Amino acid sequence: MENRSLVTIADHSRQKIEYLLQMARQFELHPNRLLLQGRVVATLFFEPSTRTRLSFETAANRLGARVIGFADPKVTSGTKGETLKDTIMMVSNYADIIVMRHYLEGAARYASEIAPVPIINAGDGANQHPSQTMLDLYTIYQTQGTLDNLHIYLVGDLKYGRTVHSLLMAMRHFNPTFHFIAPEELAMPAHYKDYCRQHGIRYVEHQEFDAEVISGADILYMTRVQRERFTDLMEYERVKDRYLLKLPMLAQAKPTMKILHPLPRVNEIEYAIDDDPHAYYFQQARNGLFARQALICDALGITLEQIENDTTILS
Amino acid sequence: MKQQQLLVAALENGTVIDHIPCDKVFQVVSLLHLDQNDRDAITIGLNLKSERIGLKGIVKVANKFFTDEELNQLSVITPNVTLITIRDFEVVEKKEVQMPDTLTGIVHCPNPKCICNNEPMRTVFHLERPSGRLRCHYCNTEIATAEAVIEH
Repeated sequence: MENRSLVTIADHSRQKIEYLLQMARQFELHPNRLLLQGRVVATLFFEPSTRTRLSFETAANRLGARVIGFADPKVTSGTKGETLKDTIMMVSNYADIIVMRHYLEGAARYASEIAPVPIINAGDGANQHPSQTMLDLYTIYQTQGTLDNLHIYLVGDLKYGRTVHSLLMAMRHFNPTFHFIAPEELAMPAHYKDYCRQHGIRYVEHQEFDAEVISGADILYMTRVQRERFTDLMEYERVKDRYLLKLPMLAQAKPTMKILHPLPRVNEIEYAIDDDPHAYYFQQARNGLFARQALICDALGITLEQIENDTTILS
Repeated sequence: MKQQQLLVAALENGTVIDHIPCDKVFQVVSLLHLDQNDRDAITIGLNLKSERIGLKGIVKVANKFFTDEELNQLSVITPNVTLITIRDFEVVEKKEVQMPDTLTGIVHCPNPKCICNNEPMRTVFHLERPSGRLRCHYCNTEIATAEAVIEH
């Protein structure tokens, strides 16, 4: 049987990404359906992540599926020493698909190799988080009307931020120019710059983060600069305010520029920006629902054509 | 020298792994699980003179023919060994190991947060080209071949 699991979208072709975006578009038009009536979706969160779990469970519920699972690994047999394999094999008897978040890297890949049902990776340690990337791509497409030839500015923690790494790899099909803005300790790792060179992705590194630099952006992708990431706390104190986005910094921004953030935000985007038309992070989070509806359906073998001709749409 | 040749020639059927750097001999033994072999005659030679590498080690296993897959795993610890297959006292094949595209259950993943270090499962590494580095199939951690630690 074909393995329809989603472990990473780094391997997806341009065609496959565009296909999934079209699917997500259908769910944005009509999110409430009975397309998955009679199906059971398991959400196994071996590491708590309220935001991602609620988004996946809403996606399943709005398509008529039933949801089983756990939000806290402390209630599972994992605490009794059960292996991941045994948990996955057990749940595969009950569910048609497993959405899994795990604190260990590679857990989703391994689960996809042993499970008789498709696995969707909802984050595996610092490794991959493909549904976040999918909703980022959908949001960029939605706001810019295209994914091609865009200037995407990545700001903040570019060293540990897996969302920026996944986005960078997924955008390789679309001739982007990336702009990296980060403190030295959290700069984009060398192997991702190598990746850019190997795949012909242009990138520019900026020292300053001000209105003039931002003026070239189509997408300003903000991330959290976390105190615990710094080995030198003096360095943290020195740079922490340099990567905060403030309203006056948007003075020269393109009218179509949108600010994205994977959330949760702490203080890296000033609250005054929330009402500015450039702010788009809450709509971005909403797109997570449509992107995840598309990913669940695709993993279950439901095609775009079936979704376009779906007769189960609810008002 | 004569005695060394005799040792090799004395094998009726089996495999000779030649030109092993002396400090790698016991890793070769371990990797091929020869330390668990209680059936076939095994000869292990150390500090033998070699024109090619100065001093060398050699391992001979009587009546045992390894698959290419098994032998190519040796490339991780020692890329330049010579493999000789002997049948009826004749050398029927002589070749060098080649690094396979995928190494299963051979290389230890250095990432403690990788699933393969936390589940009863075998590690899988892919050879990346052209860099020649090894990448973990599960967590994507990359290591240089020279830094690879063999699984126990």
